Amino acid sequence: MIGVLARLAQDTGDGILVPAEPIQAGVTQIATPEIQWVALLPHLILVVGGILLLTIASLFRHRVPRWAYTIYTVAVAAGAIIAALPLWVRVQDAERGPFSAIAGALGVDGFSIFITVIICAGVILTALLADGYLKREGIDGPELFVLLLLAASGGTIMASANDLIVLFLGLEILSISVYVMAAMHARRFTSLEAGMKYFILGAFSSAFFLYGIALVYGASGSTNMIRINQYLASPTGVVLSENGLLLGGFALLLVGFGFKVAAVPFHAWAPDVYQGAPTPVTAFMASAVKAGGFAAMLRVFVLTFGTFSGDWQPVVFALAVLSLLVGSVLAIVQTNVKRMLAYSSIAHAGFILVGVEVATEQGTAAALFYLAAYTFMVVGSFAVITVVGRKGDGHHELSDYRGLARRQPVLAFVFTILLLAQAGVPFTAGFFAKFYVISAAVDAENYSLAIIAMVSAVIAAFLYLRIMISMYMSTDSEAVTGEPDRVPVPLAAGIALFVACVVTVVIGFVPGPITDLANDAVPFLVQVG
Amino acid sequence: MPNPLNELLRQYLTVAIFAGLGLAMVGAMLGVGWLLRPDRPEPQKYINYESGVDPLGVMWSQSQIRYYVFALLFVLFDVEAVFIFPWATRLEAYGAFGLIEMAVFIFILALGLVYAWRKGVLRWV
Repeated sequence: MIGVLARLAQDTGDGILVPAEPIQAGVTQIATPEIQWVALLPHLILVVGGILLLTIASLFRHRVPRWAYTIYTVAVAAGAIIAALPLWVRVQDAERGPFSAIAGALGVDGFSIFITVIICAGVILTALLADGYLKREGIDGPELFVLLLLAASGGTIMASANDLIVLFLGLEILSISVYVMAAMHARRFTSLEAGMKYFILGAFSSAFFLYGIALVYGASGSTNMIRINQYLASPTGVVLSENGLLLGGFALLLVGFGFKVAAVPFHAWAPDVYQGAPTPVTAFMASAVKAGGFAAMLRVFVLTFGTFSGDWQPVVFALAVLSLLVGSVLAIVQTNVKRMLAYSSIAHAGFILVGVEVATEQGTAAALFYLAAYTFMVVGSFAVITVVGRKGDGHHELSDYRGLARRQPVLAFVFTILLLAQAGVPFTAGFFAKFYVISAAVDAENYSLAIIAMVSAVIAAFLYLRIMISMYMSTDSEAVTGEPDRVPVPLAAGIALFVACVVTVVIGFVPGPITDLANDAVPFLVQVG
Repeated sequence: MPNPLNELLRQYLTVAIFAGLGLAMVGAMLGVGWLLRPDRPEPQKYINYESGVDPLGVMWSQSQIRYYVFALLFVLFDVEAVFIFPWATRLEAYGAFGLIEMAVFIFILALGLVYAWRKGVLRWV
């Protein structure tokens, strides 16, 4: 009987694994990879921190004060940063250097740790900002903080993924959390709309991305970036440059990344979603999500497909030029400050794309510096917008900023500094960010791109001036008809603003430390030993 | 050496021919019907069909969607089962590592259920 069954099982055909014989004691064990827990620690802290918060908060609903969630989130993100520091020391150590963990699925190098720290800084600032926001809008619930931590873990996984499938997992963890966060303000129709739009377009881009992975796998025979890189550099790989599969894979991966970092022409969702989403979430999207997307893009294109840079550079060149010009020109014609900054973030994505396009170590370091500086500038700017948005999160027109400098000079001054930094005025972080990116383009003898970037910086400066002018100028008639009340600045949001502003200015005066760190944060693909 | 891409495209040619034939067949049948059938529009013919009775009320009505939470939870645990089945057939090969991995996986999903339960979505309102 058993024999018949066994034969039947064997006959079921090609490829389907059916045990032909009853399972015996001597099954060949599948070799499980060694887990380097230390390398996983930053990711684990974020994931476990998020899940733990969800559990605690659901078991003790309404018994935990809201500020406890904020402090918890800040502590978890800070814990992830602290866990990343020993890794940094180990990676920079000349004898040990960067390494691959879990059978080459994750790469631990200066690059991934740098991005991890940026994302965690974004989480800390966003959590501080969300505290007062949730209170003002009457949204209870720890869900935002849980999703924030989970999204951050997705971003850090993206930054350190050494395998396209792991990268996709990180991308989805990040994206799905942010879709929900965008729709968090469920009573505002625009917030729901933003969540829906982001979800549908994001799902499309994920599909593009996945198809790109499939094509690259088809062409190179592996999803592991280390092996793809080795294969492309080998003589058989070079022949592939005329292979449609590989080039199609590049194109589809670029579409996926283009959506995530909101590069023109894949930017259409960004203004609507940035405008509709709760403002702290917008801050997170503009800072941490962008950092995760660019980290993955640098690792995949500059590093893994580096030997084929001649094939993808022209496309990234076009994306960068379009993002720079469309972002800064369309930002000027907006009247809604949130939309303005959404378009300006598209222009900033263009600047970072310049760093990607040059495909050199200098370009990567410049892009990393840009991401670090931009995180603080943009979260600070959206912090001001959160506060000025008042209850209902709806006062975002340019006219709502009129006379802000007279009512609240400190707030207006801080916003001015952050906007000047975004414009790239000297003695702010934004100046050095733009300077390094453009000089990387010049050193790569890519003069046209450098010139376009500078022109776009000038165009974008007008937009920031427009916001500043409306803050500092106000007509006399308004003073007579009575003006809106002062907006309260919650303590936590004030701390976030202060930190963002101080970091922006300090980097502007002393860029050296961050520059050194960015230069040390070179990505590596290390063969699994 | 034949170019692998051309090989691939040739294999897809069959798919293209089948797709074209399918479209042509559907188009031909509908087209012949459109050519042959008499065309006498009447207002009654445009009324929504409701089991042969004249429809009452407006078509845009609200329906209860409270069931969706259960549908969501079902999908969640359905996917969980999809993962557990292949894992269970090969558990011996995975050994203790596989057991712990699956325990972690189920534990995290169970925490999601705890959240849903405390949020009150399991109560039928």
